[in-house]
Amino acid sequence: MHEIAMTENILSIVFIEAEKRNAKKIKKVKLEIGELTNIVGDCVQFYFELMSKDTIADGAEVEIVDVPLQAKCPRCGSVKRVENLDFLCE
Amino acid sequence: MEIKLRQNILAANDKLAAKLKEIFENKGIYVINLMASPGAGKTSFILQTIEALKDDLNVAVIEGDIASKVDAEKVREHGVAAIQINTGGACHLDANMIRGALNMLDLDSLDIIIIENVGNLVCPVEFDLGETVKMVILSVPEGDDKPLKYPSIFVESEVLVLNKIDLLDYVDFNLESLENGLNGLNPAINIFKVSCKYASGIDEWASWLKGQIRKKSKFLTD
Repeated sequence: MHEIAMTENILSIVFIEAEKRNAKKIKKVKLEIGELTNIVGDCVQFYFELMSKDTIADGAEVEIVDVPLQAKCPRCGSVKRVENLDFLCE
Repeated sequence: MEIKLRQNILAANDKLAAKLKEIFENKGIYVINLMASPGAGKTSFILQTIEALKDDLNVAVIEGDIASKVDAEKVREHGVAAIQINTGGACHLDANMIRGALNMLDLDSLDIIIIENVGNLVCPVEFDLGETVKMVILSVPEGDDKPLKYPSIFVESEVLVLNKIDLLDYVDFNLESLENGLNGLNPAINIFKVSCKYASGIDEWASWLKGQIRKKSKFLTD
């Protein structure tokens, strides 16, 4: 349920930028959400719909791009995709 | 028209948390962000920690709960300043709530602030509070599979306190499975096995914590 706070932040960023650029209508918001962030895209979408009612973002599409988890090994420095939450480097 | 913002959703919180961190560092205060599920023993652990530290260090506690003042009252009975934050439904503390609580504490007199986050293994980890260290308590009855089910909090925490070890003989909890789970997620995590009920394992934790605080204050005066 922390998606409510996240969605508030998303809308606040969107409104500030829209005002800077004199945007009259927001059609789409694209979000990149990291795998380990505990943010559920569907929830953001749902709250966005409710919280954007009667604003310039009312009816905007929320596109969510999932960003896979990567880790950098502190010993060898290699960066690799973490699968099944196994952070250990071979 | 497409506008590329590439802004962090949590930038506002992160910025404020960085400011708080600066205040804590300037004042030489070691700040613990203590996270766990409801009932894991956060308040009991804080009370034990207060007893172990209060002769040497000035401690204050910030209590985060959705409602009620019971935790702050328990802490005050131990002669320590306690500020209760009621989030009114929010599942986590954020940096702005901590900023409000700091106004009610005499920061110049403090060595350590323990922040008891809202009981929850998911949301608190997303919101930095400017803390020196994030830590998580897992209690034995919750099961040894929690790191696998709630990985983020175990990845982000520097310390894991395994509480209620006096119950190991009574529930199906396999220490080896816990350690195997943690090994893949966060092999560097410091583990302390305690029983707050019987005050066991607290000395080891308290001496580690004092060592960390000493290291930090040495670093500050250098």
